[in-house]
Amino acid sequence: MATIKLRQVEKRFGEFQAVKPMDLTIDSGEFVVFLGPSGCGKTTTLRMISGLESVSTGDIFLDDRKVTWLRPSDRDIAFVFQFFALYPHMTAQQNIAFPLQAEGESKDEIDRRVKEVVDLLQIGHLLNFRPGKLSGGDKQRVALARALVRRPAAFLMDEPLGALDADFRESMRAEIKQLHLNLNATTVYVTHDQIEAMAMSDRIVVMSNAEVQQVGTPAQVYYDPANLFVARFIGSPGMNLMASQYGNGIVRLPGANQYVVSPDWRMALGEGLDSDDVIIGFRPEAAHIKPDGNLVGEVYASELYGAYTMLHVELDGNEIVHIRSDRQTRYPIGSKVRFDLDPEMVRFFNPKTEMAIN
Amino acid sequence: MAAFEETGPRNPVTESIRVDKVHPRARFMKNARAILVLILALIGLIPVVAMGLTAFKSRADVVAVPPKLAFEPTLEGFVFLLTERSQLSGSKLEEAKANADDLGLFGQIALRNGQRVNGPSDYVTRLWNSLIIAGGSTIISVVLGLFAAYAFSRFDIPGKDDLLFFILSTRMLPAVVVTIPLFLMFRQLGLFDTHLGMILLYTVFNLSLTVWLLKGFIDEIPREYEEAALVDGYTRFQAFYKIVLPQAATGIAATTVFSLIFAWNEYAFALMLTSNNARTAPPAIATMLGRGGIEWSAIAAGTLTFLIPVVIITFVLRRHLLRGVTFGAIRQ
Repeated sequence: MATIKLRQVEKRFGEFQAVKPMDLTIDSGEFVVFLGPSGCGKTTTLRMISGLESVSTGDIFLDDRKVTWLRPSDRDIAFVFQFFALYPHMTAQQNIAFPLQAEGESKDEIDRRVKEVVDLLQIGHLLNFRPGKLSGGDKQRVALARALVRRPAAFLMDEPLGALDADFRESMRAEIKQLHLNLNATTVYVTHDQIEAMAMSDRIVVMSNAEVQQVGTPAQVYYDPANLFVARFIGSPGMNLMASQYGNGIVRLPGANQYVVSPDWRMALGEGLDSDDVIIGFRPEAAHIKPDGNLVGEVYASELYGAYTMLHVELDGNEIVHIRSDRQTRYPIGSKVRFDLDPEMVRFFNPKTEMAIN
Repeated sequence: MAAFEETGPRNPVTESIRVDKVHPRARFMKNARAILVLILALIGLIPVVAMGLTAFKSRADVVAVPPKLAFEPTLEGFVFLLTERSQLSGSKLEEAKANADDLGLFGQIALRNGQRVNGPSDYVTRLWNSLIIAGGSTIISVVLGLFAAYAFSRFDIPGKDDLLFFILSTRMLPAVVVTIPLFLMFRQLGLFDTHLGMILLYTVFNLSLTVWLLKGFIDEIPREYEEAALVDGYTRFQAFYKIVLPQAATGIAATTVFSLIFAWNEYAFALMLTSNNARTAPPAIATMLGRGGIEWSAIAAGTLTFLIPVVIITFVLRRHLLRGVTFGAIRQ
């Protein structure tokens, strides 16, 4: 298994900059997810790693081997496509054997290795069918088998679950993760589904506007977003963000609400801010409803999600924040709620740079 | 039926796997449509049937008024068409009749008209020329068209749209307009009345058709298939050969038939640019009209034999053709 290094890799299509110069090192055996809205350059980056797309500038290394200008076939990588891209005129068996035939393996060796992956993925019953006869999930299993059979240095997956039904996606997610744990294969996985990203990855690369916004573990991008984009994009709903004023250890929210900053943060805020303006952010679960809470708002809407209730609370000053409450208590629309914020989970952003303060 | 009318839907069901649930009006319309199509097909077939019948009629039956539908079939027309004969008289005729058993089928038929078969006629050569020229130009234009179409479909070619339009524009001038300059050029280049010249000409003429048609078919094949092959360890050409080609089979079949039909039927160029060596069947059939007495059965036999290869090819490729023609309409 290989490490993948991107050094100042950039992609332009004419005037349009699809990927701004980016640096990234993916460790051997790591499961890295590129996450971002559509058109953010994540798929283009993946395709550059695979060699299906040329880089405009910069270099790509696989295990210190410079592959920037190598053909896809010479890079020793496997690619799993969103729409499977199984060869329609071949049976599942022939599809899986196809990469091995390119290597000129003997027939016995091909049969042996096909059987190996077929057993691993438990798709023996599908072998004689053409892709047209297979369900979406089975197609993707065959596509995975085709990728696995060559034992490549790295797996690149472009939204492999995007074309599957919702319930199927969940079980395939677990299958792919399990497979990764078994093989310990370096995997780069592109998705716009943050649940997939959170559930599967060792590290998430959040991209937007052709740029890397943050690279970090799922916990890092969730709890410590590097900037406002990540704060909004990760989580559903995203982080509550409010433009506020800071002074003397107190954040004044729009309206009458105030939040007293914990002593640990005061230094950082003093250094990180160039004016009084600050954006305060907290996740819905960072708010704890209690009768003597410091912050107060009016229930605007209440959504029962089953395991918990998501309250939309309108604060003084017309800001609406999302607050997670338990599933039992009912909060009638229009009623007042008081809550406190968990100081561990409150984040601050510089409104000018949009970067987190820490 | 009565039960249906009381409980059935207000709007007629036009498609159902249960025959009893189809509204009578819908069923009637379906039959009416079928009958209409049948009538149109019959009208369309009249000339072909007339030609087919005439090809097997004797000299007397051909000119009979009203035309005979029931007659004794004979291969006379084919004998006249395919052989060179000489008239026998007197003792020679007697001699030939005595040895009639040694003659082949054609020889015996010719003998009934007091003629001896001397050898195959020009028409056999013409048909052979047609086969070489139409076949050769079709193969070349489909192969070249396939590569060009693939490149236009997959790569960023500078001035792609202009090039494609240019290729199409080669087909815009009617044949009559360009034959004279072509004639002069062909004579200068020594291509006049050669197979090579005709193959080149039909290839160029057909290329616009094949490039455009095949580009449409290749556009429909998702790029992911080739990309998968590229990462699976194959070169671009291997991916083209192993993945794109099988996928494009229907398109290639349809394109082949279209360009074969054009090259096979082409008349104006063939008339002007060939004389003897490379003359194809269509102008040859037409010139038969002008030679002495009109042998209608021979002409009918000529057109019939001329029709057969195209019918066979179309029939062999019909499954591909049907899918090819409706290809763009259905996404898989």
